[in-house]
Amino acid sequence: MTDAKPILRLDGIVKTFPGVRALDGVSFSVMPGEVHALMGENGAGKSTLMKVLGGIHQPDEGAIYMGDDRVVMAGPLEAKAKGIVFIHQELSLAEELSVAENIYLGELPRKSFGRVDWTTLTDKTNAILKKLNVGFDANTLVGDLSIANQQMVEIARALTVDAKAVIFDEPTASLTDAEKSVLFDVISDLQADGVGIIYISHRMEEIFKITDRITVLRDGQYQGTVNTRETNEESVTQLMIGRKLDLTRNASHHEIGDVALEVRNLSCGKLYKDISFEVRRGEVVGFYGLVGAGRTEIAETLFGLRDPSAGQIFLDGQEVRISSPADAITRGISLVPEDRKGQGLVLGMNCRDNMTLPQVDDLKAGPFVAEGAEIAIFDQYRDQLDIRTPSWRQQVGNLSGGNQQKIVIGKWLSMHPSLLIVDEPTRGIDVGSKSEIHKLLRALAAKGYAVMVISSEMPEVLHVSDRIVAMYSGRIMRTFTSDEVTEDNLIQAISGIKADQAA
Amino acid sequence: MQPGALSKALKSGAIWGFIVLELIFFSVAGSYMSLSDTAFMDWENMLLLLKQSAPIGIIAMGMTIVMVNGNIDLSVGATYAIAAIVLLDSMTWPIFAGLGDWVIPVAWLLALTVGTALGALNGLIVWKTGVDAFIVTLGSMLGYRGIVFMFNGENPTSHLNWTLVDLAEAEFLGLATASWFLLAVTGVVWFLMTRTVHGRNAYAIGDNRDAAVNAGIRVGPHMMINFAIIGFLAALSAVVFYSESGSVNPNDGQLYELWVITAVVLGGTKITGGAGSVIGTFGGVIAIQLLRKGLGHIGADTSTVNLVIGLILIAVLFLDRQLNVKGKEELKV
Amino acid sequence: MATVSKQQIGSVLAKQGILIAFAVFIVAFTFANSKFLTVDNVFSVVRSSAILGVMALGVTFVVISGNLDLSVGSMMSFSTIVVLDLHDKIGPFLAIPAMFAMTLALGALIGFLVGYLKLNSLIVTLGMLSAIHGLTLTYSGGKNMDIADKEGTWFSVFGQGSALGIPVPILIFLLLAAFLGLVLSKTPFGRKVYAVGGNGTAATFSGIRRARTVFFCYIISSACVATAGLIQASRSLGSQNTVGQGLELEVLAAVILGGASLMGGSGTIFKTVIGVLILGFIQNGLLLLGLQFYVQFVVTWIIIILAVWLDIAAKRGKLMSPIA
Repeated sequence: MTDAKPILRLDGIVKTFPGVRALDGVSFSVMPGEVHALMGENGAGKSTLMKVLGGIHQPDEGAIYMGDDRVVMAGPLEAKAKGIVFIHQELSLAEELSVAENIYLGELPRKSFGRVDWTTLTDKTNAILKKLNVGFDANTLVGDLSIANQQMVEIARALTVDAKAVIFDEPTASLTDAEKSVLFDVISDLQADGVGIIYISHRMEEIFKITDRITVLRDGQYQGTVNTRETNEESVTQLMIGRKLDLTRNASHHEIGDVALEVRNLSCGKLYKDISFEVRRGEVVGFYGLVGAGRTEIAETLFGLRDPSAGQIFLDGQEVRISSPADAITRGISLVPEDRKGQGLVLGMNCRDNMTLPQVDDLKAGPFVAEGAEIAIFDQYRDQLDIRTPSWRQQVGNLSGGNQQKIVIGKWLSMHPSLLIVDEPTRGIDVGSKSEIHKLLRALAAKGYAVMVISSEMPEVLHVSDRIVAMYSGRIMRTFTSDEVTEDNLIQAISGIKADQAA
Repeated sequence: MQPGALSKALKSGAIWGFIVLELIFFSVAGSYMSLSDTAFMDWENMLLLLKQSAPIGIIAMGMTIVMVNGNIDLSVGATYAIAAIVLLDSMTWPIFAGLGDWVIPVAWLLALTVGTALGALNGLIVWKTGVDAFIVTLGSMLGYRGIVFMFNGENPTSHLNWTLVDLAEAEFLGLATASWFLLAVTGVVWFLMTRTVHGRNAYAIGDNRDAAVNAGIRVGPHMMINFAIIGFLAALSAVVFYSESGSVNPNDGQLYELWVITAVVLGGTKITGGAGSVIGTFGGVIAIQLLRKGLGHIGADTSTVNLVIGLILIAVLFLDRQLNVKGKEELKV
Repeated sequence: MATVSKQQIGSVLAKQGILIAFAVFIVAFTFANSKFLTVDNVFSVVRSSAILGVMALGVTFVVISGNLDLSVGSMMSFSTIVVLDLHDKIGPFLAIPAMFAMTLALGALIGFLVGYLKLNSLIVTLGMLSAIHGLTLTYSGGKNMDIADKEGTWFSVFGQGSALGIPVPILIFLLLAAFLGLVLSKTPFGRKVYAVGGNGTAATFSGIRRARTVFFCYIISSACVATAGLIQASRSLGSQNTVGQGLELEVLAAVILGGASLMGGSGTIFKTVIGVLILGFIQNGLLLLGLQFYVQFVVTWIIIILAVWLDIAAKRGKLMSPIA
């Protein structure tokens, strides 16, 4: 492979935005038939680099080469015409159009009078779908497909052009294992055809399974490229964060108290069935499973956002019916939701107002909001959580992901909940903030909070939990204590394999 | 059958079911309460209904394109009035004096060009400034109306050209000229939206604009073309109507935007864009006209028509929502 | 560096643009016509803007909560007709509260449909525009409404009276603006309106009862409409049943001119007042220059587009839209 010429090469790319040097002399190349991982924390510059490659941003310095030719990507169209194809993390499909129309969006085959050539369109699409071995056809409406199948439509789109390089941006985020293996087959087919693949992902096990080389960025700077076979997870992580990450397990060193929450035989339609568990004061219970296992839906039910179809919920031994978030809050439940920007924050509001939003009715001086009391609350949690913002007047939308997440956590801590539920507490935030949040969750348990942590990251669950509830397809497969759990038996449980079957 | 197919079938059929209901109701109620001797479902009456639907209907076809595209146009009533004035006024201009009856196609062309240009201007502003179409056309609704008044102040503009009136009042195969225009526009727009690349792209942009941009569709010019089309159709509607009436008041066309949007929404077009059908809009136009005529037929006055149409619009929205509720499991936000 | 300072100037211009434009306008008209900036003229502008202004105050709440209200025009006709009719039937003392109750009931219906049933506010209020218009026509039998004894009633005080040398409509407008300004900027309710309009889902996840918040925005809007109807009725003591027709869009124009975003979550009462005054002064200034009333339409069009354009251009840091 050393003799081959790169199919695509970015050389010394510099890109600055007002006040930020987003890319500082980054170089990167892909060989034909190679899967090259691009890694880095959020904000490391991966997406900016890809936007430069896709012609969305123009670099201030540096050049892009394809083969021996220097190329300029004037825009997304031109990148596509040159055979550079992106498979985006966020689906970019039109739900009311058919699969075929989506795949050939922007280049529908034409007949006279600007008519769509349906026969050609359907034939070409079905040929591609056959390659992907999917269970739907060209004329299915995209809105009728599952998320995973919609992702397959995105991938099918990449196969329509004579691709030289394909960029996968977190493609497995919403895929099941079976769907992942189809995706990996597609990738190896592309490899065999001599296409260069850029694979962006945070999931180490995937990176080590399918990639040939790994390039790491940090703070817009190139950290190095390594051969996947000659490295390991730890050294890659070290490159990404510049220091060692502590992933040891936490046994609790404090008293476990009374049962704060008990759930008995709770069901909600097809979302989850027959769920029973308890959470005690001073305990962190981790909920681990794949996307769609029903974990978030249980949290939403406990927070009054969904009505259960059967079962009982007990808080401190009393049976309760939680009808709305407002109701849940008065009962001492707090939820740090999964989707920080969509559910957690009003991005156009300032830090202080976001933080005190759930208790704005209680912070009153006469008929008005007691702004002094609000600022006091904000200051307290800014110091406690080390939130970095110039002032409480700053709009939350201008903060980094980690600081935004801390605002959400501060908002709910300031309610002094008796049960704290956190859903994907460290998704999309940098490694440094991650470990701070892990420490915080342990500290809260030590203070006697009952904490539920929902996470899709195994190290996180292993790290923070006293007990782990493993879920698969809407059911609890097994509950582990921190002594029993191993990576292997946890993976078996969330893949639907019962303990006795495995033995 | 795919999931959701039933609710889709119900929705696309709903407007026609509603029309049948209206026909039955007004026929039955009419036979007890009618002030006139003729039956409601009289053939002549239905033909007249089609003709009277034309002014709103022709604009509604344009509105369907623009709303599917994810925009809205509130200025159509004012554009309609400007085109009418240009049509009637230009026939009296001295430079055209020597043309004889050839002034008619010239006046038509002028009116249509002005309408298209006004629509394109809206589209250009939406494209270049990025201001929401609702605000842009809210502004031009005022601005264009101001231009209307500049022609003749608060006085009506009148000009009767008898050749033109004959043409407009002509019938071909039993249908009035206006009806033919409505049917032709419906056919052409249906073809545009279901069979052409431009039409399919309009759905894609309305449904997911970012996806369309990423796919390399030039969204700005595309939207501008659609605004030009609705401007053209607003002018065409004026040309068809005023060729016959021969006199336009500066306030004509006011509230047309509301009637047109009502018809389009009744016909099932999604207010947020990406979904809607031309045939559904045609149904919506007919349903509204039936309601107006029907209520008149059983002796109700205009006030009742306004009341009933308003309530029906809200009821349709409510039913649509009920059909789309996924069940008790749904997240309560 | 030149680009940076240019950007800064641009962003200051855009942020305070509406105030700057207002000032430029006043100065220009003052030079053009010495009568423009006299107490009499200012009073007459504010007085004639009061009805529009009072309605705009309420619509500001609705728009910040992320919704629209296109029914305020026909609702204002309704209030005016009802209070004039009841004046002669049950006397002004009872007519006023009765009219307020009926108007608030209409507001409650819209609030229920938009807030609790979560129906699209554009379509609901479009439907209500037509329905309330029909209701008014039915109520009045299609006729104009007049008070029989125009000389002998104290009812005219709301539209024609003055206190402390200030016309009552101006007083009502300013007091209501001050009151609602406090409600919006200082109370928990106001905070919730911003949250619901800024991100309704996040507001729900924070325990805010979104439906109730939206409902009360429409209640406030209809209360403002009733007040405007009262001023209108009292000023003319007789009215056509289409008196408020088309006002919904002028009101919306004033609110948008003040800088509230149709997406919700931004805008203030103070800015809306500025928006109302700009519309009023443009109208008045152009008339003083001897221009016809319809020139004002065209000028308003241009100003609305420029105001909103500058506003969003400042947010995205670029004058031209990035749409390809």
